Amino acid sequence: MLVAVTTLPDGVAAPVRRRIVASPTRADRAFQALVIGAAWSVLAILGLIFLFLFMEAWPALHQAGWSFLVRFQWFPDLTPPVFGVAALLVGTLVIALVALAIALPVAVGSALYVNEYAPRWLARPLVTMIDLLAAIPSLIYGMWGLYWLSPRLNGTSRWLTDHLGFIPIFHTSRRVFGSSMFVCGIVVALMILPIIASVTREVFAQVPRTTCEGALALGGTRWGMVRRVILPFGRSGMVGAAMLGLGRALGETIAVALILSINFQITPHILEPGGGSVAAHIANQFPEAGLAGRKALVAAGLVLFVVTLIVNMVARVVVNRSRSSRGLVD
Amino acid sequence: MNMTTTPAPPVSMIDPAVLPTGNGATLEARTVAAWFAEHQILDDISLAMPANSVTAIIGPSGCGKSTFLRVLNRMHELVPKSSLAGEVLLDGADVYGIGVRPAETRRHIGMVFQKPNPFPTMTIRENVLSGLKLAGIKNEGSNDDLVERCLDQAGLWREVKDRLGSAGGALSGGQQQRLCIARALAVSPRVLLMDEPCSALDPTSTLRIEETIRDIVGSVTIVIVTHNMQQAARVSDYTAFFLGDEGRPGTVVEFGPTSELFTAPNDPRTEDYINGRFG
Repeated sequence: MLVAVTTLPDGVAAPVRRRIVASPTRADRAFQALVIGAAWSVLAILGLIFLFLFMEAWPALHQAGWSFLVRFQWFPDLTPPVFGVAALLVGTLVIALVALAIALPVAVGSALYVNEYAPRWLARPLVTMIDLLAAIPSLIYGMWGLYWLSPRLNGTSRWLTDHLGFIPIFHTSRRVFGSSMFVCGIVVALMILPIIASVTREVFAQVPRTTCEGALALGGTRWGMVRRVILPFGRSGMVGAAMLGLGRALGETIAVALILSINFQITPHILEPGGGSVAAHIANQFPEAGLAGRKALVAAGLVLFVVTLIVNMVARVVVNRSRSSRGLVD
Repeated sequence: MNMTTTPAPPVSMIDPAVLPTGNGATLEARTVAAWFAEHQILDDISLAMPANSVTAIIGPSGCGKSTFLRVLNRMHELVPKSSLAGEVLLDGADVYGIGVRPAETRRHIGMVFQKPNPFPTMTIRENVLSGLKLAGIKNEGSNDDLVERCLDQAGLWREVKDRLGSAGGALSGGQQQRLCIARALAVSPRVLLMDEPCSALDPTSTLRIEETIRDIVGSVTIVIVTHNMQQAARVSDYTAFFLGDEGRPGTVVEFGPTSELFTAPNDPRTEDYINGRFG
């Protein structure tokens, strides 16, 4: 007869859980220490930079308080000092958005062309060339933008303000162009194009081939397939790519510093000379700034650092989420 | 036997009240050959697939069955460096004729793939209607009716009618494949090509698909590639036996009514294959 055993019979000890010890070899331990060190040192450096910025900026931030974020002027050496990043921050955002508005459609278009339309012998060199845009130093972009592009864009700017001047961003009060946020936006667009193009290309390439064929087999045109299948599939990836580009555009310094003539005004008129950029302003001012001025500039840098960090983190989250959701679907 | 003769279609077992019958077209391949670069896959294939019947294509792996299917609706040309010879006639008109758009041909000659491929970003309902949007055609009647009719024809309506808004990818494999059939039917194709539609499915789902095939053949001509000879025997009216391997391009060894081909094959190679002696 079967009896359900609920207790152990007398004399038999209850099982004792063993500790499992796997002692790593010395090489293992050394290697582990090395990679742990490498990984944490990145975080540590990020933390130290933040700490440095914060400590250096603290006197200025303390002095200016919240007015630092809303003031337009920059006179940190006056007594009492008057300074704030409002105009610079808005200008930074405007330039980045202009750049994004130009770069995103071009990047998505180039990604679609390379993936869906280009013959194979052309696709590879094209990708290499787009990626090469990222290899050009930003100083070169700045010089090119200042000496070559800016004067040649005057005609375009004039046309835009003549025909689309009723839209506030294309309005100009004096018909003077150049050294504007528009020129900066175009130059920065070229600089962020490669990163956006390569991320969107990767996202579009992940649409399963059988899904694309399914669309064509239903009588879809190539454009129908792109619009109904590939673009919806890559939407969150495109958003992430755009934000990665935005993060880069926000921090762009030298090219903007060369081209833009900074004035401390918040203006929506992107075709006029003037505007602002946190990074370019710091680069311009730092060498000649006094002690108080430097602290104020570091404070501006801190604000920029926080903003770009947030944009980049959001971008990473969006890109990763689009990756994992695709994994679930397929 | 003469492989291009068109035998009289057998009596269909379909309830004509449910489906718009007679929409199927005759599909005829004439001396078709196909290549990938310099590698010839098919040679001299001539087959007439009668309207509103099921034609099964059987044969060992690598004999070019799938390539032949893709030649029929101009999917073959999507592969870089592919080429072909011969003609494919849809009710007498060459689908490779000058001025014929591939997209137009594919709308009339639909396709169901080996692996179910519903669109992952679309709901069940959107999947069914996707063909209309992809091809940019307007639906005369109501979309609700079309969705219901196509899902019903594909034998999926009762299972999904309460969740048309959920993702197509969330269905089981067999259901996904029937969704793909419904999707293909929504653009009212005249021919439906099926490339081993059950090879990724379990036996129960396979039987459901086979029932679906018998249900829809009244309104569409079906050409099905299958590895499974029992399936060919169960589901088809005509069978073509293809043979070819690495060295030689695929050709048609024998074509005829399924009952004859399986019971009294003319060619000894057909007999060997259907009796499982090779392949």
